[in-house]
Amino acid sequence: MQLTNQSKIVVNKEMTFAEKIYLPAILSGLLITIKHLFRKKATIKYPEQTRPVAPVYRGWHVLKRDEQGRENCTACGLCAVACPAEAITMTAAERKKGEEHLYREEKYAAVYEINMLRCIYCGLCEEACPKEAIFLTDRMVPSDMVRTNFIFGKDKLVEGTEADKRIDVSKRQNAHRHQ
Amino acid sequence: MEFLLIKFVLVVIVFAVSLGIAAYSTYAERKIAAFLQDRVGPDRAGPFGLLQPVADGVKMFMKEEIIPSNADRLLFILGPCIMMMTACMTGVVIPWGHGLEINGTFYPVQITDINIGILYVFGVVSIGVYGIMIGGWASNNKYSLMGAIRASSQMISYELAMGMAVIALIMTTGTLSLREMVEQQQGFHWNVFTQPLGFILFIICAFAECNRTPFDLPECETELVGGYHTEYSSMKLGFYLFAEYINMFISSAIIASLYFGGYNFPFIDQLGLSPNMLSIVGTLIFFGKIFFFIFFFMWIRWTIPRFRYDQLMHLGWRTMIPLAILNILGTGVYVLYKNGQLHF
Repeated sequence: MQLTNQSKIVVNKEMTFAEKIYLPAILSGLLITIKHLFRKKATIKYPEQTRPVAPVYRGWHVLKRDEQGRENCTACGLCAVACPAEAITMTAAERKKGEEHLYREEKYAAVYEINMLRCIYCGLCEEACPKEAIFLTDRMVPSDMVRTNFIFGKDKLVEGTEADKRIDVSKRQNAHRHQ
Repeated sequence: MEFLLIKFVLVVIVFAVSLGIAAYSTYAERKIAAFLQDRVGPDRAGPFGLLQPVADGVKMFMKEEIIPSNADRLLFILGPCIMMMTACMTGVVIPWGHGLEINGTFYPVQITDINIGILYVFGVVSIGVYGIMIGGWASNNKYSLMGAIRASSQMISYELAMGMAVIALIMTTGTLSLREMVEQQQGFHWNVFTQPLGFILFIICAFAECNRTPFDLPECETELVGGYHTEYSSMKLGFYLFAEYINMFISSAIIASLYFGGYNFPFIDQLGLSPNMLSIVGTLIFFGKIFFFIFFFMWIRWTIPRFRYDQLMHLGWRTMIPLAILNILGTGVYVLYKNGQLHF
């Protein structure tokens, strides 16, 4: 009885003489492998070359600043709550007098750490953020030899104040409009 | 005194060259494997990864050396020693080149030309089996023992067919000396044209003797972990792996000199070079042939899967040996016919 069309009738047929001496089969096998010797290699030599990524790629996070260069993050902790991998930790602090040019609101994150080895790059932190402070970008997290180096602090997450050090996140945020 | 000095220098050169080629065979193996699988292979250590063998060697030395507590210490250490020693010993009788004439004296590029050269090779190679057997036995491990049993039965089976393939060759050449065999293949009179079946048998047996795929049952990772060298670590393991590559190099040299004219090449006398120059070119061409066969060994490895044990034995005893006997018979008829002693 045939249940699916994937079934195959097994035939225990005798090998012919040409099959028994193996040599023709070996020769054709050798021809196949030698062709691969001259084929284009599939390898991407990672640190020097990177695989082209889609505009919606979710990689290395950025903590945004506003137009006046003040940090958007208010350390509300919603990203840490939303994070399914529990990769985000932060310590909140109160803004002092004279720090108004650094932080947009009265509360800010004194310490903000993401463990890049725990992070699953799902983007839920970005969705949870009410202040448009955290975004995932198309930058890949570089490799490293030491585990502790993968805990990225504010030095690696917050974008620079200068115009050329700002990180553009519009590509992914507007990706749906290009479709 | 001068004789000893020259031989000593030759020994050192042959030893260093075989070690160097063995080291770079490991690199070549990985590169060729990668290229045949559309990959790049090792390319981080030095330009094109050329320092990879050095890095591997250093790694081997730095690894912790473990001798299992239930292992037979003496035999455990003896195994890789025998393997390495026999691997290095075979290079002695191979004629690497015709010879150089300096100040009227002729210096052959060969360490020693004993008149039973090919028998010497067979003798030494069969001692090599003891390296594997002793190592596998002394490890006191079932996987090792299985690997050793497989290695010894496989080598004994295939040595028979190999010897018979060479007997047919000896019948046509009439000599056991490797140098004379090579000299007889002057120009393009290579033995492979008179002994095609013998050549195929010999190269298949050479694969089996070197434990190379498709006959790498003694060390098949998927079934026996590491086969006879499961328990070995550090440089003892390195010796086993290294000896395998030296064996491959020497096998390629023997195949090239027995069947492919050694240092002879076509149109040798039409180049108009001095004899010394010709000898050097011949040596280079000999190495070209050797490298081709080393490549062929690797090419086969990344093409064909491993034989099953019963298939291996079936092939050895019921295909190779009858074919070898047939080849001897055919060669006998051919030799008689050539000498005009055959009357119909």
